[in-house]
Amino acid sequence: MTTRRLALNAAATVTLLYLLTPLIFVTWLAFFRQEIPSFPPEGYSLHWFAAIFDEPKFVSGFTLSFQVGALATAIGLLLGVPAALCVTRFQFKMRAPLASLLLLPLIVPGVVLGTAMYVFHVNLENTLDVDVLGTFYALVAGHVVIVMPWVVRLVTTSLAGVDRTTEEAAQNLGATAWVTFWRITLPAIRPGIVAGALFGFVTSFGNLELSLFLVAPGHTTLPIVILQYLEWKIDPTIAAVSVVQILLIAIAMLITDRYVKLARIV
Amino acid sequence: MAELQIQKLVKRYGDFHAVRDVSLTVADGEFLVLLGPSGCGKTTTLRMVAGFIEPTAGQVRLGGTDITSLPPWKRNAGMVFQSYALFPHLTVAQNVAFGLEMRKAARPEIDKRVEETLALVRLEGYGGRLPRQLSGGQQQRVALARALAIHPDVLLLDEPLSNLDAKLRQEVRVEIRELQQRMGLTTVMVTHDQEEALTMADRLVVMSEGSVRQVGSQRDLYERPADRFVAGFVGRSTFLDGTVEAPGRFRTDGGLSLTCAGGQVSNGGGKASLSLRPERLEVAAAPMAGLDNCLPGTVEFVSYLGAMIDIHVRLSPADRLVVQIANREGGFTPDVGQTVHVGWRASAGQVFNK
Repeated sequence: MTTRRLALNAAATVTLLYLLTPLIFVTWLAFFRQEIPSFPPEGYSLHWFAAIFDEPKFVSGFTLSFQVGALATAIGLLLGVPAALCVTRFQFKMRAPLASLLLLPLIVPGVVLGTAMYVFHVNLENTLDVDVLGTFYALVAGHVVIVMPWVVRLVTTSLAGVDRTTEEAAQNLGATAWVTFWRITLPAIRPGIVAGALFGFVTSFGNLELSLFLVAPGHTTLPIVILQYLEWKIDPTIAAVSVVQILLIAIAMLITDRYVKLARIV
Repeated sequence: MAELQIQKLVKRYGDFHAVRDVSLTVADGEFLVLLGPSGCGKTTTLRMVAGFIEPTAGQVRLGGTDITSLPPWKRNAGMVFQSYALFPHLTVAQNVAFGLEMRKAARPEIDKRVEETLALVRLEGYGGRLPRQLSGGQQQRVALARALAIHPDVLLLDEPLSNLDAKLRQEVRVEIRELQQRMGLTTVMVTHDQEEALTMADRLVVMSEGSVRQVGSQRDLYERPADRFVAGFVGRSTFLDGTVEAPGRFRTDGGLSLTCAGGQVSNGGGKASLSLRPERLEVAAAPMAGLDNCLPGTVEFVSYLGAMIDIHVRLSPADRLVVQIANREGGFTPDVGQTVHVGWRASAGQVFNK
């Protein structure tokens, strides 16, 4: 019994370390004093964090990524929650194919998705004779596609756990279908919505491949800024940017977890 | 409260008839129980009254108004669900207040009514709790209070006691029945538990395969079952299969010729069953005088039930009966293998066509 327990703990520790090692090294690196990342460190310093702000691209990239992520998540919720309701609650001919289609962007490689969208945007621009390519809204529209599967997936899971008779009870007590949704269904699936929004936002915020095809030159998202920076320079600034990003996402998760227990949904 | 009328109600799912031509009237203040095995259409009928299922044909009238095509929220029917269906994110008081809020009642009025209703189900002081902090019995009472708070025209109970343990169930039966009588609630309850049905109902409706088999009081169903199904479902019956050979004569498959009550026989010699209540049969070591039928048989099985003893007696290779005798001190208790005599009056049995 105890040996089995030990083996289990050992396996868990190894797995956890395997997952955490890159994060630990990146974080460590962010505090190195020397410019060329080499071991052992010559000393420690915080000045790479200050260096982030000397590079306006990082700041503008962060701002754009945040705006795109927030807007794409909001739109993803507006589309994804009704879509999840539709595929779980109604029986219709194309239900199963539609459910798969809504999750498809999780499986299709980002590069493929990006190429397809690029071609689509080019055609749209030619047909409608309006600016599409490289605009902020085209970028948001692209990100909605990768946010939505998360919302659909997590809300669908939540909906499966809702006791349908509580909705009937509400209607029996005089609530219309709409009031029933707001007062009974929505509170019940709120954890799924919050988790879907969180994962959708994180996915959008960290997305590189899709954005590469959709951004305008000179106005790019944070992951692309990081990539471009790495192409000509390797110094701990990148590590510092990553640490900031990791921290922000961790804080978002912790705050979310206070309201809904993420472990219960994901 | 109001009178509920169900007229020629039908529900078909493709070729499957869930409910066939059910017509019932529940008088103002009456407690009607729909009784039947699972899949008999009783719940479908109740859900059509509540408005959750659209009938294929027929009408539901409440207090004289046709409500057949009204959505559930426009019918003033209070329902208690089998799973209680309490709103998990709302407190007990908020659960009870929900229907009143939907009716746009004023806040002081809502608070007053919630308090009254919780007192009615003996849950004073529980208003601030969440449903998950209550026991099953308490949750059941909240569900009842929630349905009563809206002062419904009809109270619908869908197997309301099936999730309670046996002891609590017996208490709650009486409690609900007393409350219903005191408030004069027109009530329809669905159950598969005949003891529950017999305890609570003013009138019972026995359903099977989507149809009403019999409507009547407890005594009607027990003493004068309409068919073999009702005889077997309400109370216990023991059956002898055979044919009616002449008015008042029943011949079993095993060749026994029995006297049965006249008048109730005329099916041209087709297959029939003689239905007998086990507790109306008598058993003794020697032949008994003064009974219409008295036959020798061998005891094959004895089950000791405490207050009662069941004795399975074989009368012929094809005929076996269950006799139930009271477990009296010093009473006659045969052993397995013993030869006994079983007797009954013709009026104790009923013949049904098969």
